[in-house]
Amino acid sequence: MRRLTFNIFRYQPAVPGDKPRIQTFYLDETPGMTLFIALNRIREEQDPSLMFDFVCRAGICGSCGMLVNGRPRLACKTLTKTLPRKITLFPLPVFKLIGDLSVDTGTWFRNLSIRTEAWIHTDKEFDPNAQEERMDNETALRIYEAERCIECGCCIAGCATANMHENFLGAAGINRVARFMLDPRDQRSDREYFEVIGSAEGAFGCVGLMACDDNCPVGLPLQTQLAFVRRKMALAGLKKS
Amino acid sequence: MYRTLVTDVLVIGAGLAGERTAIEVASRGFHVIILSLVPPRRSHSTAAQGGMQAALGNCAMGRGDSPDIHFADTVKGSDWGCDQDVARLFVNTAPIAVRQMAHWGVPWNRVVAGEKRLPDGRVIFDPEDYAGLITARDFGGTAKWRTCYTADGTGHTLQYTMDSIVIKMGITVHDRTEAVALIHDGETCYGCVARCLRTGELRVYLAKATVIATGGYGRLYGASTNAVINEGTGMFLALDTGCVPLGNMEAVQFHPTGLVPSWILITEGARGDGGYLLDKNLHRFMPDYEPVKKELASRDVVSRRMVHHMRQGYGVESPYGPHLWLDIRHLGAKHISTNLREIAAICRNFLGIDPVKDLIPVRPVQHYSMGGVRTNIDGAAYGLKGLFAVGEASCWDLHGFNRLGGNSLAETIVMGMLVGGKVAEYAAGTVFTYSSRLVDTFVRRTRNRIDDLVSGRKGRENVFALRRKMESILMENVGIFRNGAGLKHAVEELQVLHARAQNLGLVSPGRGANPELTSAMRLPGMLRLALCIAYGALARTESRGSHYREDFPYRDDVNWLKRTLAYWPEGSELPVLKYEPVKITELPPGDRGYGDTSSKQIQNTSRAASN
Repeated sequence: MRRLTFNIFRYQPAVPGDKPRIQTFYLDETPGMTLFIALNRIREEQDPSLMFDFVCRAGICGSCGMLVNGRPRLACKTLTKTLPRKITLFPLPVFKLIGDLSVDTGTWFRNLSIRTEAWIHTDKEFDPNAQEERMDNETALRIYEAERCIECGCCIAGCATANMHENFLGAAGINRVARFMLDPRDQRSDREYFEVIGSAEGAFGCVGLMACDDNCPVGLPLQTQLAFVRRKMALAGLKKS
Repeated sequence: MYRTLVTDVLVIGAGLAGERTAIEVASRGFHVIILSLVPPRRSHSTAAQGGMQAALGNCAMGRGDSPDIHFADTVKGSDWGCDQDVARLFVNTAPIAVRQMAHWGVPWNRVVAGEKRLPDGRVIFDPEDYAGLITARDFGGTAKWRTCYTADGTGHTLQYTMDSIVIKMGITVHDRTEAVALIHDGETCYGCVARCLRTGELRVYLAKATVIATGGYGRLYGASTNAVINEGTGMFLALDTGCVPLGNMEAVQFHPTGLVPSWILITEGARGDGGYLLDKNLHRFMPDYEPVKKELASRDVVSRRMVHHMRQGYGVESPYGPHLWLDIRHLGAKHISTNLREIAAICRNFLGIDPVKDLIPVRPVQHYSMGGVRTNIDGAAYGLKGLFAVGEASCWDLHGFNRLGGNSLAETIVMGMLVGGKVAEYAAGTVFTYSSRLVDTFVRRTRNRIDDLVSGRKGRENVFALRRKMESILMENVGIFRNGAGLKHAVEELQVLHARAQNLGLVSPGRGANPELTSAMRLPGMLRLALCIAYGALARTESRGSHYREDFPYRDDVNWLKRTLAYWPEGSELPVLKYEPVKITELPPGDRGYGDTSSKQIQNTSRAASN
């Protein structure tokens, strides 16, 4: 059994006088150990002030994104046995730091939803007495495929453009718009989508490094979605000019 | 000094029930603030994979379904513990709720026309005129296929869609904010004191109506499928007022196969497709106990047999406690990578094992809280005006002593929709006046609690050590098997822990949004919930639904066709238990009809239990 060394970024901006530093912890590895188990043991046994975020611990909720040896990963589904003996943990960049490994992805993603108006735009009223409108099952599955994003922020943290340009919507933003473009219930025209995403902050800001595609913990086809949105927006842009 | 925010309606919790309530209230023109421990889209509602029950009757195996059949399934599932007027209102509203979610954007799976062959060989046919309508899947305890779903992520799509409406409507959400005390004068609730989990700052929220939507208490137990935030916070806030009772806290649902050591749910599909359960000698033990149904006996039965077998010394020892093996190797690589793909992915991602050649470590784990803040059919809490509760945090009471799979997601949305309307009515008819002295008193009490913990002036009891003890006491004595001696022991031990928890002191400096302080502030309330569960279970000398007493193995309608109400008067060392009758309107108590094991030997099987 290995003795693991954890080098963990520590800094709590809400605590006056606190300074960024790296703190080292040691832990004996156990079978099936994930970073969820390891970090909770460190908190309980060694330093209860250590801040990090877990909610579902099952790869569903997107809370626990962090840089694991430099790569954006969901900590809950990272097994220590897949890592070297020395493990370095940093908070995700781009997002506002709350403390130690905890960052404010929630506010960032809520702003993304507001900017892209990420809800169904329709002038139809809901009729509680009517049967539901029909939809082809293939269409439903295509929408679901794009809806699977868990807003963990791994694609944003690993994105060169997002690290340089504060307002870049990133792969998660482009994928979010694609989800509504695919949905026949949303009545927005390509022209209206163009207003939302047809700019350097949207679909045309990507420089094509595609780290997002590699880093997505739920395996979304981000590259394909980008191509889909770009193609539509390029056409809409041509029509516009 | 503290910041005070005033609103018409305060909703504590941003899962499906809380957000649906907020939407209903806001759509009627009232101002709402939602508080949440986490960003809304991280709520535990997102983890529900299975689906949402509603009697649409669109798919071939759902044809002929109706709210009446849904009603009967729900009442039987509850082991006649639910309020039937609530169940009736719920089943009648569920189809509207599902269709409204479709209107808002949920990509429900749809009926595909044509002939299909089921795994058991049956051939079914969906005609063209149903194509494109919302379809449904099969779930335990339902007479028809009734559970509407979006692939393997129903909770996720429901929560994302619900939150998109919250964002569209511009409803205020304060995430990373924890309600730490309800402000009340013994008659009326005026809002809450809250602690910011970004900075540690205390804030006051004042409202005409306060709605508790904080979900279940799964994490009181050492092994639970629940998210780590499910610590029953809203339930003990209500309990700690001294005037609001919790209903049926002893009704706790377990699932047979949680993955060791993360307790992530391994769905029934593994056993449904032919998986075996093995002990430490790699012996397949289920046929010894259940020669007919073997691994496919009902969930409660399998859970009980597993725990019994481990008690006999056949569990596999591990650093995480004893467990058993789930073996699906004989099903073959092809079957595992297609039909059981999800299970294989969980094993690889969270345990680093390959179920094609490795055994899967599993054990029964806590899964759902049927009990909660007791409300009337309008969602209004007993005992305090202006206080409401919705979803898993409430005891409405739709689930009685056992919840059906697919009824929990449906309850969050249906109840949020209905109760939201009642909350709005209440707010419309209320003039808000409050005493600033009362508010000051509650803020000062909270400050004192924090100072006690940070300074350690009342003692140096360790929050994590006490918590681990609570978790293991509940797992060992208030779990799947219960008996008088074990429950009595649990109550005594929990009382000792509760006394010790008055003397908690932090190890760390406790500055800012310190996580140790967050845990220490919750623990005494969690212990009171644990005592409500254990003491209620000790008092209930019968077996009903998920509550199984080895010393009283049969349902006893003569003495126990009633609901437990647990109160906690200030300064008390134990809850005070009262009882009220269960409302029976349509379906008198009878046999649940869950098969041979349920009939006599074990009265309260719940195949009905859920995913």
